[in-house]
Amino acid sequence: MIAQLAAMLPRVDWELDEQGVTSAHPFFPPVWEIALQSIATLTIVAILVKFAGPAIKRYYSERTERIQNDMDSAAEARRAAEVEAEQVRSSLGDVDAERTRMLAEANEQVAALLAEGRVRIDEEVAALHGRAESEIASWANRSGDELRGEISVHASRAVDVVVAESVDDSLAQQLIEDFISRVGAGQSPVQGG
Amino acid sequence: MDDAAIDGYARALFEVARADGTLDEVEDELFRFARAYESNDSLRSTLSDRSIPAGKRQAIVEDLLGATATTTTVQLVSMVVGSGRSRDLTAIIDALVQRASAAKDLEVAEVRTAVELSEDQQSRLRAALANATGKQVNLKIIVDPSVIGGLVATVGDVVIDGTVRTRVEQLKARL
Repeated sequence: MIAQLAAMLPRVDWELDEQGVTSAHPFFPPVWEIALQSIATLTIVAILVKFAGPAIKRYYSERTERIQNDMDSAAEARRAAEVEAEQVRSSLGDVDAERTRMLAEANEQVAALLAEGRVRIDEEVAALHGRAESEIASWANRSGDELRGEISVHASRAVDVVVAESVDDSLAQQLIEDFISRVGAGQSPVQGG
Repeated sequence: MDDAAIDGYARALFEVARADGTLDEVEDELFRFARAYESNDSLRSTLSDRSIPAGKRQAIVEDLLGATATTTTVQLVSMVVGSGRSRDLTAIIDALVQRASAAKDLEVAEVRTAVELSEDQQSRLRAALANATGKQVNLKIIVDPSVIGGLVATVGDVVIDGTVRTRVEQLKARL
């Protein structure tokens, strides 16, 4: 195909100088070459437009859409961030109020606890006083009872000794006579059955 | 031992003493021996000890009573001890005393006193108890120093207590 194309082109005889270099323009090629190159370029462009154009167009369309989506997402994220920032700002504003409220509440609780503690301490002190007084009274009673018990024991022993020593023969006879007289008169000293 | 066996022994002793013609004396001696027996733990455990041969226990009884009691009394107590009824000796004798008193239409009056009573005092006490209980009584005197002074008389279910011991106990209870 190249050979056919070359055959179609006009023949050019290059003029070479002594050094073997053409005498053509150092910057611009010959007109026919420009025309040929232009045709080739246009052909390639037409082929590209025909076959690669849709794909390129689709690529750019998708890219545009992706970029648009990214931009939309960024905008949405920015809006969300702004909302969140607003909320944070709002929350920061509420923090002071909340801190004040909490401090007031804590102060109230402390005051209530102190009042309750004072009441409880007063009650415990009163209970301790009462218990101590009752224990003192109990000890006093117990000591009194023990003393009375000891007195009774000693008194009982003393009674045994004193009575046994007091009953001599004459008293024994007198008691017997008294018993006989009283039983005979129907005045029994102690009766049981 | 059940009541029937005790009553059986008492009836047998009663009949022997009555046949011997010494019922009053034997009854009185047995009563005194019973009181001594019940107040003496050592004598009671010795006469009730089955590890001691019966002959030896009977010899102890004869040694104790031989000089002071009638032969009938000694033989009766010896017979009860020899038959292994020492634990019921007091109950048997008390039943005998009851039976003897009932035979004479008398009620047993057990009197505890700190000192011996004279015959006159016994006579007047008998009359006084008869007056108080409405029954003729068979007086059984027990000398018991623990009453300290005065008397306590038990006639059937009736107790007439004029002892110093009781007064002292009442005083102690009040203390």
